[in-house]
Order: sequence, then C-alpha cells, then structure tokens
Amino acid sequence: MRRLFFIIQKEFIQIFRNKAILPMMTVLPIIQLIVLSYAANNEVRNVDIAIVDQDHSSYSRLIIGKIQASDRFTIVEAPLSAKRGDDLLQSGGADIILTVPPAFEKDFLREKTADLQMLVNAINGQQAIVGAAYLGQIIQSFNRELMADAAPRLAAIRTSPQPRIDITYSNWYNADLDYKTFMVPGILGELVTILIMVLSAMNVVREREVGTIEQINVTPIRRWQFILGKMLPFLFIGLTLLAVGLTAGKLIFDIPTEGSLWVVFAFCLLNLSVVLGMGLLISNLVDTQQQAMLIAFFFIIVFVLMSGLFTPIESMPEWAQYLAVPNPIAHFVSVMRQVLLKGSGFADVQYQFVVTGFMSLVFNALAVWSYRKRD
Amino acid sequence: MPDIAIQNINHNYGSVHALQNLSFEVGKGELFGLIGPDGAGKSTLFRILTTLLVPTSGSASVAGFDVVKDYRQIRRRVGYMPGKFSLYQDLSVEENLQFFATIFGTTIQENYHLIEDIYVQLAPFKNRRAGNLSGGMKQKLALCCALIHEPEVLFLDEPTTGVDAVSRREFWEMLQRLKAQGITILVSTPYMDEASLCERVALIQEGKILSINSPAAMVKSFDKPLWAVKSDRIYQLLLDLRTFDLAERVEPFGEYLHIVGRPGISQKTILDFLKNKNHEGIKIQPAQPTIEHVFLELA
Repeated sequence: MRRLFFIIQKEFIQIFRNKAILPMMTVLPIIQLIVLSYAANNEVRNVDIAIVDQDHSSYSRLIIGKIQASDRFTIVEAPLSAKRGDDLLQSGGADIILTVPPAFEKDFLREKTADLQMLVNAINGQQAIVGAAYLGQIIQSFNRELMADAAPRLAAIRTSPQPRIDITYSNWYNADLDYKTFMVPGILGELVTILIMVLSAMNVVREREVGTIEQINVTPIRRWQFILGKMLPFLFIGLTLLAVGLTAGKLIFDIPTEGSLWVVFAFCLLNLSVVLGMGLLISNLVDTQQQAMLIAFFFIIVFVLMSGLFTPIESMPEWAQYLAVPNPIAHFVSVMRQVLLKGSGFADVQYQFVVTGFMSLVFNALAVWSYRKRD
Repeated sequence: MPDIAIQNINHNYGSVHALQNLSFEVGKGELFGLIGPDGAGKSTLFRILTTLLVPTSGSASVAGFDVVKDYRQIRRRVGYMPGKFSLYQDLSVEENLQFFATIFGTTIQENYHLIEDIYVQLAPFKNRRAGNLSGGMKQKLALCCALIHEPEVLFLDEPTTGVDAVSRREFWEMLQRLKAQGITILVSTPYMDEASLCERVALIQEGKILSINSPAAMVKSFDKPLWAVKSDRIYQLLLDLRTFDLAERVEPFGEYLHIVGRPGISQKTILDFLKNKNHEGIKIQPAQPTIEHVFLELA
C-alpha cells in the first residue's frame, strides 16, 4: 500500500512540475469548452437567398415580404432573369434561388394551384437542407394565409370546407431549443475523455523513452501496482476537470442539471477507467511518444466523429451504430445529456454503465498484461 | 557458492549473436570487471542477469536464484545501474532516493550507512532536480539509488562512461569501499585502465570471452617483447614501423608508439631500422604491458 502511495505521489509531482502538461489540463479545456460551445452550432442562420420575381404581383410581393421578415434569410439580390439566378448559384453568391414564375398569382386564383421553383446549393448539405426546410415552412404558412384569404370566395364554389390537420408541438428537455444546452454537456464529456486518453497514452512510453522504466523493471514493484499508480492520478485529474467544466457550464451557459451529479461523476469515473486502459495499452505497445500520439489521435478522431456529439448515432448506417458500442465518448456524451438535460437516474443509464464496466475490465486487463517487465 | 554463475549463455537478436556460449562465475564479495569495447555484449549480459531479458539458451543464477524462474527473488536482492542514466530527471535528488527506497520497502534511514560516503557529496544538491546534476553527480546518485535497499549483488553497466577523470577515480574508490562491506560487484567498462582496479576481469569481444584472470596475472601472461618508440615525425614513424619485419604489431600509445616485437627485436635493431628511414629525435625504451596490450593481443 505504501508503495502504491509513493508511486502515485511521484506521478503527481511529475505532473505538476511539467510546465507543458499543467496548462494543457486546466486552462485549455475550459477555453475549448467555451469556444466550442459558442461556435459548434447547428442552427442555420444567414442563408443567402436570391429571388427571381417574374410575376411582380401582389402575391409575389407578399411572399418576398415574408422571407424578408424572417431572420434566417438574407436577400442578396433580386435578379430579373433566371439566367442571372443560375449564375449566382454557380458563383456561390446565393445558397438558394427562389423563382416566382410569370402568372403565379393568376394561376393561383384561377387554377387553385401555382408553382414556385426552389434551387438549393447542396454543397453544404446541412445549410441546404435546413435552409430549404425553413423556406418550405414560410411558403406553407403563406399558402395557408392565401387559402384563408380566398376561403370565402372558394366556399361559394366548394360544398364543404377543406379538412386540415393542425400540429402543435413543444420541445421537451430543452424547451427553447437552445443549442448550447444541448452541446455543452456533450463537449465537456468529449474534452475530458480526449485529455485523459492523450495523457495516459504518452505516460508509460515516456518512461521508456527516458529510460526510467529500465530502473523500475528491476525493482520488486508489481505490474498492477505500476499501472494502478499511473491510473489513479489521471482519474483524479479527469474528475477535477469535469467538476470545473460543469461549474463553468453552469455559470457561463446556465446548463441545466436535472439529474443527480453523483450519477454523472460515477459514470465519468467508470468511463475514464476505460479510456485510461486504452491509453496505457497504447503506451505499452509503442516505442516513442510520437507513435503513441499518432495512434491516440487516430482513435480520438474516430471516437469524436462517431460519438453522436455532432451527428446523431441513430442516423448512421447500421454498421456504424455497432461501432458506437465500444466508443467511450459516445456513452459519455449520451449519459451527460440524459442525466443533465432529462434528469435520468441510474436505472435509465444502466445500459451505458454495463457496457462501460465491461470495457473497463477488458482494457485494463490488457493494459496490465501488455506491460512487460522483461523482454 | 558463487554469487553469479553463468553457464553456456547464448543470446540472439534476430540473426545477430550478441552472446555466444558465455560461462563464468563471480565469487561472493568479489569485484569483477567485464572489459570490452562497445557492442561486445556487456549490456545484454547485464540485462539477462538483472532479469530484464530472457536468454535464448543457457542458464544463469544470481545470489543463488535462477534468472528465469526465480526472477522475483533476484529483483529484491540486486542493485542495477543501467548504462544510460535512468532516474527521474524531474524529481529531486532526495525524491529519487526516497522513491527507490520505498519501492524496495525500505527507508533512507535504514540503510543510510551504505550510502553515507557518497550521499554526503550529494547532500548540498539534495533539492536539485536530477536532470540538472553534472555527469559525475548523476552517477553518484544512481549508485545511491542502486544501493539503498542493501543489495547482495551490484550490477554497474559502464558507470564511468562520460564521467571526468577525477569523478572516475572517486567512483572506483567508492566501489572498493562497497566491496569491503561484502557486496558482490559486477562492473563493465570500455576503459582498459580501470581493469587493474578489479580483482578479476573478463575480456569480452563480439559476445565471446577472450580471457578471464586477475589483472596482474593477465599482464604477466603477456610474454612478448614490448618497446616504446617516438621520433619527430610520429605519423611517418607509424607507417614505417608497420613495414618493420621484426614488429608484430604497432599501436599508438599516448605520445609513444608501442611495438609488440617478434623474437630477435632489440633496441639496436629498431634504431638501425629507423636511422635507415631517416628519422630524427629517436627515443626507444622498453615498455610495461597493460590490460590493453593483452586485449589487443587476444582480439
């Protein structure tokens, strides 16, 4: 026990003396949390739109007015010809071209139907889909107004009023659809995981590079003592970072904390043990810190992009959804969101606990096994 | 019973035969030197004896325990100083010592008597980080850390490489004192002049042992005539002497050239030969053989 305590003490002394690592684990993650939470925003604003109005009727002016009134669209130009509209799309001057054909109003009134053309620049898929959906909504509402407007006149012709389904909705767990409420807990989980993975991946190999492992290996120190002595300081650092991050999130972004923080911290502990196992495993298998860094980097990229932080796992192909099962960041992000936003209790995130607990056993056993004291 | 017993040890790194059929014994309390150039296999042998490396074949025991089967027992009983400085550079002198004492389940106080002589020299720097020590101080600290658990056998892999002449001498004096305390010491060095400070030495090259004996007996076994020669044009002298048919080998040795002669060589035959080659300022005197001569003779 005394031996383990001294190994841990030694690790802490080394960590706090390292001028590069200390700011890397304290200041940088908080800055990242703030910057990323403001910047990593899926809301689409400022969609540039060009409207080719070939009708110049009161209806076409009405629809332009509605688009103008929306804060999501910026009307960049109102070209006179469809050709000019195409050019704008080509040159990237506009994201969407809306064409109101000649006789739009006349057709609507006479034929009870009229067409509009929407050309969307889908190079930026997200922007295009969301922008087009917003525009669709505006046109829908315009459509309803026209129908209501024309209803008395139409009623004279029609025998019965057109049936209509109205949908009302409310957003649970994030009533205002505040993007930051959604992102901050996830980003925090991701940052803690990445940091601990990088630090642990570089740790044992550093001793190998410097040569100190040679001296350690001839001592009676046991393998599990050595590995545990490496892990505990990082667990402590990870939990501290989580606490600081949650406090910052509460103060700066006013993120909700509906569920029990105990569940969050308990899961963080378990999750970090998986990440540490992975990191130490990498560290044991490579020869230089550079190799460790590159391998850790590869896994981190995959973990982050497939974690459901930015794009939902449910919309990934089936094979990719299976890949999310051994992804520690995916579980962490999901637990953070569920517990903090929705107030889920331990029972609701049991699945994540079980999977993560299993992975922790596997990776830590591998980490101890792969640390060889002799060649 | 010998403290170190090596029997037919072989070790290969792929197709490289680092050690070839090595066998020798080191008695209890002996100061034994392993002398050989870089790449001779000294470090490989150390790594096998300190249980860091499993030999390809053969067996060895340290302090009575087999290096493969009873490696745990050995790790408790030996001190090892690797050739490369391998203490924590970002820990202070005192923290390093404390750390290694604790790892071995002991304290600095308990075994202070073993390291006292060395540690008093380090004491003024005890709060300095190990990485900021001078080369000689680093070696002293490494020796302290290897001694702190009162080992029965001490393995020192090139402890004086890269250390200044004064520190080297001090280091060897420390080894003599440790030997006096009954610790068995196996030390390797590429410096032939340090061999005479050991009780027995093994000359090793390319993974093979050339000779094992006490330094005195080894020097005595060198029975060829040896002459030291110099002149005003030392490089030309070397070239000329290499064509001298009574010289078996000519090697630069300090400011002189040493000639290992064939039968029939004498001061007069050398002088005649050199005068013939128009050398001036010629000085010729008999030379005393050293371990280096023995090594070059065998190599």
